[in-house]
Amino acid sequence: MGSQISSQTMTDIKRHEMLEGAKATLPLIIGAIPFGIIFGTLAGPSGLSAWGALAMSVIVFAGSAQFIALGLLAAGAAIPVIIATTFVVNLRHILYAANLVPKVRHLPQRWRIMMAFGLTDETFAAVSNRFLLQENTTHAHWFYLGSWLAMYSNWVFCTGLGIGLGELFPDMTHWGLDFAMSVTFIGMVVPYLKSKPMWGAVIVAAAMAMATTGLPHKLGLMVAAICGISTGLSLHLLLKRGSAQECSDE
Amino acid sequence: MNETGLILGMFLVTFSVRYLLFAVAGKVHFPPWLITGLSFVPPAVLTAIIMPAILLPQGELWAEPDNPWLLAGVFAALVSFWRKDLLTTIVAGMLFFMVLRFGFNF
Repeated sequence: MGSQISSQTMTDIKRHEMLEGAKATLPLIIGAIPFGIIFGTLAGPSGLSAWGALAMSVIVFAGSAQFIALGLLAAGAAIPVIIATTFVVNLRHILYAANLVPKVRHLPQRWRIMMAFGLTDETFAAVSNRFLLQENTTHAHWFYLGSWLAMYSNWVFCTGLGIGLGELFPDMTHWGLDFAMSVTFIGMVVPYLKSKPMWGAVIVAAAMAMATTGLPHKLGLMVAAICGISTGLSLHLLLKRGSAQECSDE
Repeated sequence: MNETGLILGMFLVTFSVRYLLFAVAGKVHFPPWLITGLSFVPPAVLTAIIMPAILLPQGELWAEPDNPWLLAGVFAALVSFWRKDLLTTIVAGMLFFMVLRFGFNF
């Protein structure tokens, strides 16, 4: 009897955590709606079939990488180049994973696999807040599950909606709605700009991206990213050495 | 074009990047410089995507004050510095872009 009651309470806690996870992700989902729709509308004109676009959202589930892939397809890039670019673009997720490692250590591999699949910018943002604000994280993986299921179902649904709209209104691709991606990324980059090395990384990446637009297969993206990262890291190490010397001089 | 190969390849690299650290959680430690280096990845990659998207929106360099992608991009950056809120930036930037493009036929 007692165990029945406690298993009932457990289910309630899990359901509550999942709902809270979905709720916390809602503002970010609103931002992702135009993103998903536009991905769907741009797929056809970029050379990806409707089923291919839907399968990509279901299987890959990486918004920015999917957008870049469309741009590369439209530019006629080879498949290995698209896959390599996807790798570089998604490398940022390693950083998110590194932050979450202390929270997944106690979980079985099947949970870790599921959480890894749903590790997007949005879910990371929502879940980080949850971990920061609340002490008790015993059931936080259910919160994570709620967040990514909400994000995932919205992403797949909006992709489908976009494919449909794109077929109804072929003109949509000329509206310039791809700006939704740029504006989202601008809103994601600006909060990073808090230190000299970060400014250095962004300025060099911007300049190199413009200097390399002529490279085939949009390889400029990778070149610019690598130059920006190296600049940021070098500046960070130089400044650290500088301040260490100041301390030892005193 | 081989869509299956493309999608599977994209899935493999994306999932590997996301799963790697979870798989070995707590067993492997990275040197501090590598962690610092990784912190520059998101802004550098995103900036490298943004720049050509707003300066060459239709494939040709368009660095003029009548380029709505560029104007709305600058506007969105200012909003983001001011409000520091992603959703506000997206909504304000998109609205500004739409007004330029359809209100003023830029």
